[in-house]
Amino acid sequence: MPRVVVDVMLKPEILDPQGQAVANALPRLGVEDVASVRIGRRIEIDFIGEPDLNQTREIADKLLANPVIEDFTIRLAEDGETVDAQP
Amino acid sequence: MTARVGVVTFPGSLDDGDAARAVRLAGAEPVRLWHADPQLHGVDAVVLPGGFSYGDYLRCGAIARFAAVMETIVDAARAGLPVLGICNGFQILCEAHLLPGALTRNQHLHFRNRDQVLRIESVGTAWTNAFQPGQEVLIPVKNGEGCYVADAATLDQLEAEGRVVARYVGNPNGSQRDIAAITNAAGNVVGIMPHPEHAVEELTGPSLDGLGFFTSALKHLVGTAA
Repeated sequence: MPRVVVDVMLKPEILDPQGQAVANALPRLGVEDVASVRIGRRIEIDFIGEPDLNQTREIADKLLANPVIEDFTIRLAEDGETVDAQP
Repeated sequence: MTARVGVVTFPGSLDDGDAARAVRLAGAEPVRLWHADPQLHGVDAVVLPGGFSYGDYLRCGAIARFAAVMETIVDAARAGLPVLGICNGFQILCEAHLLPGALTRNQHLHFRNRDQVLRIESVGTAWTNAFQPGQEVLIPVKNGEGCYVADAATLDQLEAEGRVVARYVGNPNGSQRDIAAITNAAGNVVGIMPHPEHAVEELTGPSLDGLGFFTSALKHLVGTAA
């Protein structure tokens, strides 16, 4: 299935309290060398035919991301990218 | 003539019943509007109530913005229809670009549910003309994603144009510049994070201060009709 991947991240200047909470939990795992954690969202869009990057950009801009606080990147899923793989 | 104030119900709205009750106690006729019905049924003003429309999926208010009723409300608001967005309604107004900025997760990550003192700073809007400038009111706040953010230029513009409608006295969620409520340039669209509809009766609220928002709209409608 032709798949497009959209990554949405909070803009660098927007505080990410969830990321901070995760970073603050890391010492409990014994991890001491992490400076910061930022949490975003990955969206996978499967097209029926050819993947349409322009349409994806519109979807991302109008719905998937809020441009006031978030940036997004879009890309085609790599061949063999094991996005459906079970751990 | 009794003013007719629409209250929208989205899937996941919680406070539509209380908002309709507040409209009635203020002396207007509440009209229930449905998210999938683009008709406004001739209402004179609209309240977008609190809750978790569409389960807050993706971002709070992000999906509600595309509801059939919202397309009509956005056009009507641009033409001057008074619209009050409370909590989730404020989030929807930001997502619909009727108000600038965004509401993000509370800085301390905790849900905040308490009675909150606010200072009313702009009394020129359709929803706050019954208050005195600088008046302090007690209104319940209950949110997990009520932290108002915008870039510095937008914040400066809101301040310079007198569009900060209310500020927290004791910031509950990290909102920039203690902002609890803002308005659009025309003053007919107001978004407020705390819940005036929960402060309209002695039995159930900490004060009757919330009624002022709803009586303001009625006052505004009388003024615009005259």
